[in-house]
Amino acid sequence: MTLMDRQRRRTGLIFFPAFDWAISPTHPEREERLLYTQDQVFEEGLLDFDNIIEFKPGLATTADIDRIHICVPEAKSVITESHLISAGGAITAAEKVLSGEVDNAFALVRPPGHHAMRVVHGARGFCNVNIEAIMVEYIRKHYGPKRIAIVDTDCHHGDGTQEIYWHDPNTLCISIHQDGRTLYPGSGFTDEFGGPNALGMTVNIPLPPRTSDEGFLYVLEKVIMPILAEFQPDLVINSAGQDNHYTDPITNMRFSAQGYARLNEILAPDIAVLEGGYSIEKALPYVNVGIILAMAGLDYSAVREPDYHAEALRQTDQITRYIERTAAEVMDLWKRRREMKKSLVGAAGYVKRNKHIYYDTDGISEQQEETVRVCDDCGGLVLIDSFADTGRRIFAVIVPGQSCPVCREEGEAFFNRMEKGRYRHIYFQDRDRDIYIRK
Amino acid sequence: MILGIDVGGTHTDAVLIEGFKIRKKAKIPTDETNLLNSLHRVATEILAGEDPKKLQRVVLSTTLSTNAIVQNKVARVGMIVAGGPGLSPSLLPRIPHMFHVAGYVNHRGVIAAEINREEIKAAGGKLLQEGIKHLGVVGKFSTRNPAQELQTADLLAGDFRHISLGHRMSGRLNFRRRIDTAYLNSAVWEIYQRFVSDVLQFVRSQGIDVPIYILKADGGTFDVAKSAEFPVQTILSGPAASIMGILSMAKCDEDAVALDIGGTTTDIAVFADGVPLLENLGVTIEGHKTLIRGLRTRSIGLGGDSAVRSEGGKILVGPRREGPAAALGGPLPTLTDAMVVLKRTDIGEERLATAALAPLAAALGRSVAETAQLIFTEACEKIVGAVRSFIREINNEPVYTIHEMLAGKIIVPKTVHVVGGPAAAMADYLGEKLSCRPCIPQHSEVANAVGAALARTTAEITVLADTERRLLTIGEEGVQMEIPSRYTAAQAIAAGTERLREKALAMGAREEDMEIEVVENQEFNMVRDMYMAGKNIRVKVQLKPGLISGFTRGQAL
Repeated sequence: MTLMDRQRRRTGLIFFPAFDWAISPTHPEREERLLYTQDQVFEEGLLDFDNIIEFKPGLATTADIDRIHICVPEAKSVITESHLISAGGAITAAEKVLSGEVDNAFALVRPPGHHAMRVVHGARGFCNVNIEAIMVEYIRKHYGPKRIAIVDTDCHHGDGTQEIYWHDPNTLCISIHQDGRTLYPGSGFTDEFGGPNALGMTVNIPLPPRTSDEGFLYVLEKVIMPILAEFQPDLVINSAGQDNHYTDPITNMRFSAQGYARLNEILAPDIAVLEGGYSIEKALPYVNVGIILAMAGLDYSAVREPDYHAEALRQTDQITRYIERTAAEVMDLWKRRREMKKSLVGAAGYVKRNKHIYYDTDGISEQQEETVRVCDDCGGLVLIDSFADTGRRIFAVIVPGQSCPVCREEGEAFFNRMEKGRYRHIYFQDRDRDIYIRK
Repeated sequence: MILGIDVGGTHTDAVLIEGFKIRKKAKIPTDETNLLNSLHRVATEILAGEDPKKLQRVVLSTTLSTNAIVQNKVARVGMIVAGGPGLSPSLLPRIPHMFHVAGYVNHRGVIAAEINREEIKAAGGKLLQEGIKHLGVVGKFSTRNPAQELQTADLLAGDFRHISLGHRMSGRLNFRRRIDTAYLNSAVWEIYQRFVSDVLQFVRSQGIDVPIYILKADGGTFDVAKSAEFPVQTILSGPAASIMGILSMAKCDEDAVALDIGGTTTDIAVFADGVPLLENLGVTIEGHKTLIRGLRTRSIGLGGDSAVRSEGGKILVGPRREGPAAALGGPLPTLTDAMVVLKRTDIGEERLATAALAPLAAALGRSVAETAQLIFTEACEKIVGAVRSFIREINNEPVYTIHEMLAGKIIVPKTVHVVGGPAAAMADYLGEKLSCRPCIPQHSEVANAVGAALARTTAEITVLADTERRLLTIGEEGVQMEIPSRYTAAQAIAAGTERLREKALAMGAREEDMEIEVVENQEFNMVRDMYMAGKNIRVKVQLKPGLISGFTRGQAL
């Protein structure tokens, strides 16, 4: 028995490659995406290991979506069955873990979701609904309030997940990604740090192009792990994009299958959910085998891309120093997170932010004004006025999870008072009571 | 006339079928130390007074390979394995005399690392020094490109009695299973060779000069000469024989469950629309997970001879067998004894059964009749529970397309077919609990021999057409050929079907028995740098497992 065999864990695998679904025939998010991953997982015989157990994904319901999203005009008009299956796959992964059937689980499903924000007018960044957020709220609904950390390891900033949990003090969103000045969606800078009631609950670690294993593992050990240790989550979720790989066609990083496996070994997520990753032949087969082995506690040391060449992929000293500075900056912000509220918010009772959101996949433009009640007792009541160039304007009243009585009462009063007027619909969402009303 | 013989673990059954009617049956205890002897005896008995010239075919099902593996009476095998990057060798099947060598084929079938001839020759030399004469050669993704396995075998041919090549074992992907399958094929090759030549000598000496078939684990047959090349295909053909027997005797084209309740175990199989389900990848034997197509069965440790005991006021039945039923002079109370007391069966002496149950009844503070009922109910519930969980597992099988996810078939059995000793005593009760119509096929005591006799040839072909590389690969046949860039799925199906027919004929299939079906047909656009680079077409065609033509299922035999 090798050393690693002694740390075997039961790992659930929810594999749903959606071999009959594509955004369009030549789109990166197409039928072929997980074909070679399937080949490699099958050929390596991973499903024959007693501690790797495959489960069929369940189907999420529109009620699961309405628990976290405000879909315009309604959930079923912005999704297809494939989204119900991929969100359902993430939910199945969570259920298997929380019921104790497995120790951890990997939802290797598509389509992805981490660019989908709270209000959904259409698809952006290949995402319609946020499958991690749907899963997280499902967990809270069925297994009680939990402190949850989402670590987004996709190469693109997890802006959707960040936006959804911006005000939630019980959800820590950490994203490591290629610097937004060089890649879609162009956000995810260190100063994006969470709303007034949840400062520090959003952590962004932008990395320079051509960062390799060394750089990723550095921020993992020097930033992510210490922050997680302090936050003490009940669950750690890896929003597991695979596009940091050195062969990815739409990014510029130099991460490897070994690096991904090592990252998952150290991070030890309870649940991993596939996000992006479009080097479907040269990266995904090896990265996924590495992640599955690492999660199951099996020896992944021999997993390697056939063309892997460590020397050629080494990051420069300049990049190393740059990453060290970013890491120090993030840790400094994190340590000061509690003191920041006073200077940032002052005496204001409500804080507003205006957003322009572009749905690149569907070509929709949205103007949004979001108002949050400054609250020391919960994430704060959120009011959203959203106007998309589809002509749809909506208003949403959102009572946060684990809300304080004041925020709930204000929210209810506000919703009751609101007239439809120029709005197509007015929505009311109360997570604790699992209420979703549209008028 | 057709002669069907099943050399099983306990009994050897034979049937002689003429005009699809059973003309004769025979059953003798199997001589485990000499299977061929059992075969001789049963064949001599059933053919006595018959004209061997009237025979059209002979089909055998034998536990020879299974026994050899279970009893570890196999040859030592040297394994030459090229795994490349991926699973660490410590996670591969543990087989002695395994050499890991250079070489790697990737998932597209492209050679990503060359083999090292010197290294392979050195490994061969070491194996020869150890006196090893049988070899297995297996490479990762060798079904996508068999070149490296073939080159390796070429380097070593001549020095060894036999070499099993991984890609020939199955078209399915699974490197670990490919290793295990090639290993087992080489391990039983020698002993099986001898059996085949003995069988041929025997039948010829009987004046029989017709095709001889052997039953495979998937319930299909292949010519005895072909079987000598792939003896591993004959493992676990016993349960397959029984299921094919039920299939022949039952009039059913709906979802159904088949139960073979034996002395120690109950085997469960499932029919979907009347077709027996196969294992997804292959059967497992003695911890070896293989790529051998086999009927999907679940076995539980419960049968007529299962010993009964009580623990903490609860009745426990099985999984141990300590001998025959007390009613037949056995040492301990069994399920059969309970059924004797309940007058569900009349074998043996009721007096002995009652006496055996008495101490249990006393311990439980109940009457013997009540105790017998408890035992019977407990046994049936165990079977029912196992059937339900098996069906649940099948219905929850992962699928990979939205279409299958939303429109996938759910199996709801309507009939339960029961064979084996306790069949008559238990069928009604099991049927009621499973909400199925119980059915006990005629001649169920020789179901295995009937199943063998009437089974037709099965085979499978896996086609991968990669139009970007302009290459068509049929892995298990070791075929690669050039195709035009505009190749279509329909052409791939045609190519696969043609090859399947050739393969089937070589295996001894008759034209009239070939029911070809496409079991997989997928086509993917391959896009590189935003442009369509080609198509990746995946097709699997098979000869459907079933019965020889001319025979209608469920017709009175």
